[in-house]
Amino acid sequence: MRFELPISVLKNRYVPGRWDVIAFVLVFAFFAYLGDAAHGLTGSLAHLEAQPISLDPRYLPGYAAQTALRMLVAMGASLLFTFTYATLAAKSRRAASVLVPLLDILQSVPILGFSITIVFFLSLTPGRVAGAELAAIFLVFTSQAWNMAFSFYYSLRSIPDELNEAARAFHLGPWMRFWRLEVPFAMPALIWNMMMSMSGGWFFVVAAEAISVGHTTVTLPGVGSYIARAIQERSLTAIGWAIAAMFVVILIYDQILFRPLTASADWFRQEQEAGLMPSRSWALTMMRRSRLLSLGLRIFGSVIRLGFNRGSVRKVRAPRAGGSAMSTHLVEVAWYAAVGGIVALAAWRLGRFVLDHIPLVEVGHVVGLGFLTLLRVAVLIALASMLWVPIGVYIGMRPRLTRTIQPIAQFLAAFPVNLLFPIVVSAIVLLKLDPNIWLSPLMVLGTQWYILFNVIVGASSLSADLRYAGANLGVRGWLWWRRIALPAVFPFYMTGAITASGGSWNASIVAEVADWGNKHLTAAGLGAYIANATSAGDFPRTVLGIAVMALFVVVLNRLFWRPLYARAERKFRVS
Amino acid sequence: MNANAVALNLAPLLAVRSVGKSFRKPDGDELVVLDNVNLTLRPGEIVGLLGRSGSGKSTLLRLIAGLDAPTSGVVDYQGAPVAGPARGIAMVFQSFALFPWLTVLENVQLGLEAIRLPEAEMRKRSLQAIDLIGLDGFESAYPRELSGGMRQRVGFARALVVHPSILLMDEPFSALDVLTAETLRSDFLDLWGEGQLPIRSVLLVTHNIEEAVQMCDRLLIFSTHPGRVVSEIPIDLSQPRSTLDPRFRALVERVYVEMTAKPRGEARVGPKNERFAGTGIGTTLIHVSSNLLQGLIEAVHAPPYNGKADLPVIAEDLHMELDDLFRVAEALQMLRFAEVEGGDIRLTEAGGAFARSESDDRKHLFARHLLTYVPLAAHIRRVLDERSSHTAPKSRFSDELEDYMAEDAAEQTLRTIISWGRYAEVFAYDDQRQVFSLENPA
Repeated sequence: MRFELPISVLKNRYVPGRWDVIAFVLVFAFFAYLGDAAHGLTGSLAHLEAQPISLDPRYLPGYAAQTALRMLVAMGASLLFTFTYATLAAKSRRAASVLVPLLDILQSVPILGFSITIVFFLSLTPGRVAGAELAAIFLVFTSQAWNMAFSFYYSLRSIPDELNEAARAFHLGPWMRFWRLEVPFAMPALIWNMMMSMSGGWFFVVAAEAISVGHTTVTLPGVGSYIARAIQERSLTAIGWAIAAMFVVILIYDQILFRPLTASADWFRQEQEAGLMPSRSWALTMMRRSRLLSLGLRIFGSVIRLGFNRGSVRKVRAPRAGGSAMSTHLVEVAWYAAVGGIVALAAWRLGRFVLDHIPLVEVGHVVGLGFLTLLRVAVLIALASMLWVPIGVYIGMRPRLTRTIQPIAQFLAAFPVNLLFPIVVSAIVLLKLDPNIWLSPLMVLGTQWYILFNVIVGASSLSADLRYAGANLGVRGWLWWRRIALPAVFPFYMTGAITASGGSWNASIVAEVADWGNKHLTAAGLGAYIANATSAGDFPRTVLGIAVMALFVVVLNRLFWRPLYARAERKFRVS
Repeated sequence: MNANAVALNLAPLLAVRSVGKSFRKPDGDELVVLDNVNLTLRPGEIVGLLGRSGSGKSTLLRLIAGLDAPTSGVVDYQGAPVAGPARGIAMVFQSFALFPWLTVLENVQLGLEAIRLPEAEMRKRSLQAIDLIGLDGFESAYPRELSGGMRQRVGFARALVVHPSILLMDEPFSALDVLTAETLRSDFLDLWGEGQLPIRSVLLVTHNIEEAVQMCDRLLIFSTHPGRVVSEIPIDLSQPRSTLDPRFRALVERVYVEMTAKPRGEARVGPKNERFAGTGIGTTLIHVSSNLLQGLIEAVHAPPYNGKADLPVIAEDLHMELDDLFRVAEALQMLRFAEVEGGDIRLTEAGGAFARSESDDRKHLFARHLLTYVPLAAHIRRVLDERSSHTAPKSRFSDELEDYMAEDAAEQTLRTIISWGRYAEVFAYDDQRQVFSLENPA
């Protein structure tokens, strides 16, 4: 199994261009509107009467369970979103013209940028925890849903013609077709993206539990709040406990969800490819063998099947006569006019919202901060590459070592490294280091594993014959690295580096600002700008910051990563 | 140039002495791949190593090239034992093994870069090799832009450019279509005959008998499990050889006979390594689909063969590779539907009956033979009958099989028995739950 490229850099099948601009404007206008609307509501919002978080480790299992549950609910919501949004986009060309670019922008938005929606969610249920829970879950959802929806959309679009024709020939209704053809076909890619989403989700569920937006503070019982409290109290012991608890939670998730999912992905594969990882899972075996579980599955199956004979099969339409073509044309015009109108309105609204509060000079300043963060990301990815590429090649060339290391790397990638931040931050405070430099490594702490992981996969996919050919020709040392090892892992490395860089942008919001007790450390950068604006409840600046960051990510993907990846793919991939 | 006569008087270029190779299985037992292999390679000759796939021929080539070390014995090259990748022994691979990110020229140059030749010299020699092997104009192409035949030409050029004295060829033509393979073979033979190649001798591994007879001065027949040289056949026809020449045909026939000879009662290695058809549940079953089994029975039964066929003839008739045909024939022999000997396949009485019956009777006959002659099938059926649930997990049998054979062989054996068992309807298997049962899904 190999890592798939983040969807944001894949060559999209729609024509990028004006629709990107439109989606961009729409998303941010929506945020601005939400933030603005919610701003007026904060006054009437009663503060959460949450019980104070206790640092007693006895409460930790409970907290951890709540964190894990939030994660699960968010994953369920993401699946629901995936099945509806992506299906709609795949079935209707017209819907796709708006939905797909929208999704592309949404996934470029730094996830914590969505935290400005917290106020909105709290306003839904004034004075009650439900709103806060919803807000936290929504944050996790935003870290999971986009790439899943994208993967599902692409799978639906790539169903082979003969399968579609077979479905039509056997009169499958839309519901049956969905469960019998579309979902199974999309499953391997979707499962892979769910795993990626889970990794990201852990990071943000921890961040989302204790978040302040202006005067609004959400403190939900969970590992994240426990950590926040521990930071206030400067308790390294408590942080140690929290890390241990999270370790256990992720291990459990890994065993009962990740492993069975990856193992079961093999069923759905179109053709049998030699699996790199042994797809074995005790949990999956248990599910297959357990009568109770299979009964549950059977009930689920029959509920699904209830709808099978419903819904009609789409008739093959004869080419339409001129008159109806004319009316179709009118509908098209009306549709695009409506979209255009909304976009224009939104653009005007967004521009006014930002520029009413922020001088134009500051916009330039924010872009400058963006370049600072870009510099950090670039340097760190380069450093991480120099470290992990040779190690990854070494491991990947040794199958036995690969089998041992692979699950560990996978696990490390899922671990929310923000739990480790306090340790680093306390060290910076203690040693009086320059936060501008020393806060930076936090950005790649969690994302560097993608590089290692991919390089291992790349190195282990170099065929034995190619290795023998190299040895037979006496290729050794630097020549071996230059001519054989590095080119072999390059496309895989690219995938890892793209994922890592995307993740690092996201992490910058948490990594460029850090607290330890009453010490407040800030590194100059776009992440810090957004974080500070968010905690000050300054919506125009938050929106500006997020918009600039999303712009950076989109532009980088389009102008740098995508062409580079396409080149690597062309030149280095074994056909 | 038929170098045979000259070769006999010269000291061997390469000598493989009592070489053995075994791998340790996870349970600690040894799996013997090569056992006491002896061969010599003299200057000026092409020697063919002919054997079934899985007989360890490729492993032997790797040992000779110094890419792997033998467990016992020694490989002497020009009087010194080979340790590590040997300079002067070049290799051509079945899979071509070209580096996809290097152009044709870069691929060819790689071996020269490794010996740090000056740039100009490197370029001159590479272009010469490219020229010689007929790749002019393709210097800047990437391997994926080339057809299979052109790719293998690059493989040859890359091996020849380092001026090796021995060329090892590991089934170099078997990934190519028939026409391309033929062209490449005769091009190679022309260059060899004209003395244009830097190499002094060639060791060719193949499972294609005609190819071996056409190219080699001497053939070594390799046995399976464990691999060893069982006989030697000199080919003293002059080049170019015509496949229609009666002497050529006679040699092909003779090789067939040698290869289908009943295994002699030689001492075998390892007490548990039962490898003769139907002698115990530890027999490795090669996967052959029930369709193929039926197909071959029908083909042999039908005119013009009427129950007895010459293997080379029917192989050609059915457009089957010899190796694939052997597999099917051997499975039929194990099931006592046919006998293979002396290069012929002959249906047994049961085989004839099978060919004459209809679908359901065929299944019954097949089931009876399966349970009688394949102990593993009988064993699985017995276990299922004895258990009150009439089910048994696959692991129950794979653990048992792994006492006798390597993990992947056990997996293949089970896959085979599942497919045969399903066809015969003697047991059922649920792949999702990995459970054998007596349930009939209908």
